[in-house]
Amino acid sequence: MNLKFDPDRCFNCDSYACLTKCQYLNYDFESAREERIKIAKGEYSKVLEECKTCYSCEEYCPYGNHPFYRIVELQEEYGINLAPKPISKQLVKMYATKEKDLAAIREVGSKALSLCLFPDLRDNVKSKLFEGLPVIMGRQIFCNLVYLHFANMSVIKERARQTIENIKKYGVDELVCFHDECYGFFNSYAKAYGIEVPFKTVHLYEYLYNWLKENEDKIRKLNVKVAYQRNCSNRLSPETDRILDKVFELIGAERVEREYDRENGICCGAVFQMWGEYELAEEVQKKNVEDMAKSGARFAVFNCPMCYVALAERTAKAGLMPILVSDLCRLAIGEMPKLPGRD
Amino acid sequence: MYEELKAIVGEEFVSKEPEELYIYSSDPGTMPPVKPDYVVMPKTTEEVQKIVLLANKHKVPVVPMGGALSLSGLVRPLRGGIVVDMKRMDRIIEVNEKARYAVIEAGVSEGRLKAYLDKKYPSLRISTPDAPPIATVTANALIHGSGRLSQIYGFHSEMITGMEVVLPTGEICRVGSCSVSPYWFSRSPLPDLAGLFIGWFGRTGIVTKLGIKLFPKHRYRDVMIFVTENPSYVSDVIWRVAHTEMAEDITVWAQPRPEWAEGFQHTTIYVTADSEEELEFKKKIIRNALMDYIKQKEGGFLYLTPGMKAMFLQEPMSQLVRFADVRRGGGFEYVGAILPVDLFDVAYQKGLEIVERLGIDWAFSIRIIGRSHCMMFAYAYPFNRADEEDVERARKALHETNKAVLEMGGIPWKAEAPAQQLILESMDEGAKRLIKSVIEMLDPNGVMNPGNWEVK
Ligand SMILES: Cc1cc2nc3c(=O)[nH]c(=O)nc-3n(C[C@H](O)[C@H](O)[C@H](O)COP(=O)(O)OP(=O)(O)OC[C@H]3O[C@@H](n4cnc5c(N)ncnc54)[C@H](O)[C@@H]3O)c2cc1C
Ligand code: SF4
Ligand code: SF4
Repeated sequence: MNLKFDPDRCFNCDSYACLTKCQYLNYDFESAREERIKIAKGEYSKVLEECKTCYSCEEYCPYGNHPFYRIVELQEEYGINLAPKPISKQLVKMYATKEKDLAAIREVGSKALSLCLFPDLRDNVKSKLFEGLPVIMGRQIFCNLVYLHFANMSVIKERARQTIENIKKYGVDELVCFHDECYGFFNSYAKAYGIEVPFKTVHLYEYLYNWLKENEDKIRKLNVKVAYQRNCSNRLSPETDRILDKVFELIGAERVEREYDRENGICCGAVFQMWGEYELAEEVQKKNVEDMAKSGARFAVFNCPMCYVALAERTAKAGLMPILVSDLCRLAIGEMPKLPGRD
Repeated sequence: MYEELKAIVGEEFVSKEPEELYIYSSDPGTMPPVKPDYVVMPKTTEEVQKIVLLANKHKVPVVPMGGALSLSGLVRPLRGGIVVDMKRMDRIIEVNEKARYAVIEAGVSEGRLKAYLDKKYPSLRISTPDAPPIATVTANALIHGSGRLSQIYGFHSEMITGMEVVLPTGEICRVGSCSVSPYWFSRSPLPDLAGLFIGWFGRTGIVTKLGIKLFPKHRYRDVMIFVTENPSYVSDVIWRVAHTEMAEDITVWAQPRPEWAEGFQHTTIYVTADSEEELEFKKKIIRNALMDYIKQKEGGFLYLTPGMKAMFLQEPMSQLVRFADVRRGGGFEYVGAILPVDLFDVAYQKGLEIVERLGIDWAFSIRIIGRSHCMMFAYAYPFNRADEEDVERARKALHETNKAVLEMGGIPWKAEAPAQQLILESMDEGAKRLIKSVIEMLDPNGVMNPGNWEVK
């Protein structure tokens, strides 16, 4: 299973946007070129240690050359530990599929909603929006891309095909992915590694857009300003960010212009906390939430449940109302979602 | 005797029915059952006194019992006789809010006192053990229990401010400040007679009332879990965290289930504060104390989701009770080894060696007592009581662990009768003579829970 990475593209690149645009590292064109060439050759580069694993260069590279996946492969090759070793190792064990997970697989029909590993959201998808869509979740369908933050490409590769096979066993032809990361797995990662995905996948935003478009009569426009937290894995499917705009438009949510959105989105800080980089976590969270607060938005909107956990309290204290994209849509159709993870 | 007991406590509160005696003959641990002749439930100190006088008259043993949850068979009447179940003596007599102590009857359970304080004195708390809430505060303190505040204030026995005791001869006596003053504020500055009743497993008298320290309850509480994969780091991790004086409670757990936990040590650190700023500040100091480990990538904090946090913040933790029944059949016992923290690695390795050799289910759960003055290292072995082989395996593991603990320089806590003998074998001769003399002096007829701390 080899990464579709073309070193020649990097040798002859006219952009090096993968590094010059990076929000965490400070490289000008020349120094970016130098480091990227090392990376293309498979040599050690200090970028491997400095990279904050924000996924963004996957979006920045104009040639689709998978700069981030390449970094992770080399991080692993050079034995770089981004997180404390026990934390990385424990995480690998935590999400490994167990016998009982496999035993939970049942035929559910041709269409399903993947809730990934977020059982806390079970009640949040009990909505007209998802009516008739069976929910599947658990380690057996987990995409494992989280290990991109832990310099561990091999565990993702190892589990990738099995994950796809497990989903197939549910009998689905079409899988709606609640989390960007799952969608990214099927549509970016699998392609980058030449893994066949034998079913159609639909991003949550596309699903929501289609549902809302068909049910426009049920929508009461919210007429609110929202600050959106764009998560790392959305970088794997940047086209879906445009669909989100259309969703917001339908429900009357104005996505405020702010410094840390769109191409400049920044990390929620959760990963940095796992790494033990508390100052960095504090810095990104503080500037992100301050930026949200001064934008005049009423809601802080998340799609990634992890970003939600990391930032909900902080955004609430800053006077915003934290909410998931799907829950915001529920508000627009007159439903009252409960807070994720609360009884 | 039945009639005489009936006359003391009333018909409803005495029993010699086989099915009831059966229930009172054992606890969830591995110790074989021993049937009492009678079970009584007194309501007052005077009733307890009368029962003890009666026991003296007939030269029949009396055994005080709280929640019967010590797991090491401590409330089994080793020589038969009367089990005195204290649960009806459940009055909370006084809470002195300003001096932060409570005076309770011996049957008051941990759950009841906690609930009472939560409702009536929300700024006060007890040091809750992780035992099921029906365990009694008094027995827990008398057996040197430990709990959520032990890292700061020591064993629960150190939190006793005074007591009322019915001596083995039937006299009632008070020890601590309440022997001189109407206030139950402390055991100092008097000769400390409380020691005559603490750690004796009811061998020296029945405590009927207890003064127990209460502590400030803070508005905010949080939990952090530091994970390592090398047990030789743990004593230093504990030492560093205790040094900050920012942690309220420090526990460590290591177990093979769930699978992701196997091979790791989880140092769980509880932090409390009265403001968010204070909480953040304390957490930061603790993180900094462990930064060397984090930077060297040898240890790190587990990322806790709100659901996980809620589970770890429960008092007592229901997860523990669930583990206790993991084999089904309701059998559970542990060797609670009191050891210097520095011996963590040795104690851990020895424990692993035993469980691997015997192929037994296990969990190690450790609570730090004092600013790492020592630790209670629980080697817990759940078993199925309906499966005699399983029980035997657990019994063997407990016995071997007790021996290993003593060899390491530790002492088994709340030791069952055979383990008491192991301890006595290692004990200084002078101390043993003193134990014998104290018992003979206080209990000339040998009626008070005989079979415990029996110096041969
Ligand atoms: C899942 C689980 C977790 C636990 N966690 C903890 C923990 O975190 N900390 C901890 O300390 N313990 C713990 N324990 C152990 C035990 O349950 C407690 O120590 C409990 O408080 C013992 O109290 P009890 O009322 O059950 O005592 P009992 O077992 O009833 O009595 C203990 C001893 O005290 C004597 N006694 C009882 N009442 C009197 C009296 N009035 N006067 C004189 N002697 C008396 C008895 O004769 C006996 O020898 C745990 C147990 C379980 C099952
Ligand atoms: S990864 Fe893309 S942007 Fe970066 S050097 Fe290679 S081709 Fe250029
Ligand atoms: S993943 Fe993010 S931090 Fe790492 S190099 Fe790419 S853009 Fe920079």
